[in-house]
Amino acid sequence: MADATAATIALDPTAPGSSPLDDAAPAVAAPVGRRKRKKGVVFWLASGWLAFVAFVAVTASWLPLADPKDQDLTNKLAVPGSSGHLLGTDGLGRDILARLAFGARVSLIIAIAAVTIGMVIGGGLGIVVGYLRGRVDAVTMWALNVVLAFPGLVLLLALVAYVGQSLLAITLVVGFLSVPTYARVARATTLTVSQREFVLAARALGARNRRIILSEILPNVVLPVAAFGLVALGVVIVLEGSLAFLGLSVKTPDPTWGSMIAEGRRHLNETTHLSLVPSIVMFLTVLSVNFVGDALRSRFDVRESSL
Amino acid sequence: MLAAKAAMLVTVLLAVSFLSFLMLNLLPGCIECQILGPDNLDQEAVDKVRSELRLDDPLPVRYVAWLGDALTGDLGQSYYTQQDVSDAVVQRFPVTLELVLVSMTMALLVSIPLGMATAYRAGGLLDRVVTGATFGMLAIPGFMMALLLIYLFAVELGWFPATGWTRLTEDPGENFRSVFMPALSLAMVNIAVFTRLLRTDMIATLQEDHVLLARSKGLPTWRILLRHALRPSSFSLLTVSALNIGNLLGGAVIIEQLFALPGVGRMLYDAIFQRDLMVVQGVVLVLTAGFVVINVLVDVLYAVLDPRLRTRRLAHG
Repeated sequence: MADATAATIALDPTAPGSSPLDDAAPAVAAPVGRRKRKKGVVFWLASGWLAFVAFVAVTASWLPLADPKDQDLTNKLAVPGSSGHLLGTDGLGRDILARLAFGARVSLIIAIAAVTIGMVIGGGLGIVVGYLRGRVDAVTMWALNVVLAFPGLVLLLALVAYVGQSLLAITLVVGFLSVPTYARVARATTLTVSQREFVLAARALGARNRRIILSEILPNVVLPVAAFGLVALGVVIVLEGSLAFLGLSVKTPDPTWGSMIAEGRRHLNETTHLSLVPSIVMFLTVLSVNFVGDALRSRFDVRESSL
Repeated sequence: MLAAKAAMLVTVLLAVSFLSFLMLNLLPGCIECQILGPDNLDQEAVDKVRSELRLDDPLPVRYVAWLGDALTGDLGQSYYTQQDVSDAVVQRFPVTLELVLVSMTMALLVSIPLGMATAYRAGGLLDRVVTGATFGMLAIPGFMMALLLIYLFAVELGWFPATGWTRLTEDPGENFRSVFMPALSLAMVNIAVFTRLLRTDMIATLQEDHVLLARSKGLPTWRILLRHALRPSSFSLLTVSALNIGNLLGGAVIIEQLFALPGVGRMLYDAIFQRDLMVVQGVVLVLTAGFVVINVLVDVLYAVLDPRLRTRRLAHG
């Protein structure tokens, strides 16, 4: 779900089909042992890269980096490897490495916050309506359909016009737009979980709805939803990039990966590294998120078909 | 069942159009200042514009008036260019539609054979290579692909124009040259998604009895794959690709922006920035209607693809 078609920026980070990462197990006998071991290496490489990006994002201010907003027009468009600029400089002579490190902050903050918002609100909603069923369920699903059908861009542009191009506004909108997806995942899982014997047993013992939801259902729904959210992180990172192309990401001159790629477009005739370097970083990050999320997700087995 | 769903979707359509009307009208900034420009703001002119646009009526009244006109096909006029919104949409929608359809065709042309081939020898060399490649493609967003293509085909090789649009009616060849790169940028992610979906479903289908029967009758492999396995495996693919058309319609904005294509996505983008509410409302209505129509079509297509659904419906009256 989701990929919002990411690429297409349908601002719906959860458009169906976006993340058919859930491959059914290869039905035919592949050399299982070998494959598994190989997957392990990739999994740890991906996790390692993500840990590295997170570390850089958190410690960017203390690392020995140039100021990401410092312009040096005599030294603009320096290629990677130039003295003092490991990854070169951009069209205004700003250090690309430093901008990548600080841009990681924006990308990660938006991604984590938006996914958390979507997960908490959508997940909570999905569990409650999936458990209660009936009219509440029908009305909520209708409302979620309205959100799904609503052109996300209109909402986003409107809100940005209202609140300004802040990190907060962008995070809120992206989070809000992803609520329906999480709600669907949580609801689908809840529908199955609430048929199980232990829920029946709890009810027979006289447990109230609130207690059943919190201590019987929630623990069984949290993991699948969280695994799904992990994949959604990549979608949100991409989304920030897409917004940058519309001039809607965080205000310049604050660096973000998306705006770095977008700015590089202007210099495509002269040099490619301006777009290429941040593109590679974004690509590796999204790829890693997909790998890790997919590996975790297949353990909890959330299928598109069950939505 | 279908009628109930269609009715539900129409209420969704109404809700979306009302919400966007509400939201746009609550935006800060005054419409008449934007229309008249900062220098001509004398009271008389302002009053004239306000009464012409009925800006002093309460919001629900204005919405109902707009909706009534919209039902007769009149989407009002642009605040800026005075052009009829319906005309503008009719003029620009074909561009977006062509972009989406070409992109969809590209994605399906590549992913159906790939999905079948990888499912047939799941776990084999081709399967592993393709699965790895699709994983990588999922991590390349459309704008990145677009930049890559622009650099490769426009800057380096000069095969395709980097921006601009030639209408199909003017010159089909040039038209294809202008739609190729944008459509391919949109198609990349879908190729990965569709291939994986079809592969998964096809692996399941290939283990069914009717495929075993076909094989034991000695039918050639291509015939088994195409005639016996493809149709029952295509449900997820159908749903996802149809819903994706909806997404692409709304999501083509960035690609249209990047390649300077005169489609509805760009029209929407420009209109929001100019506070051209009528244009925004018109485009939102058309896009949401597209979403609704596609949703209903998917249900109809299910019945076409799966005869069991038809009989079940008949059985229930």
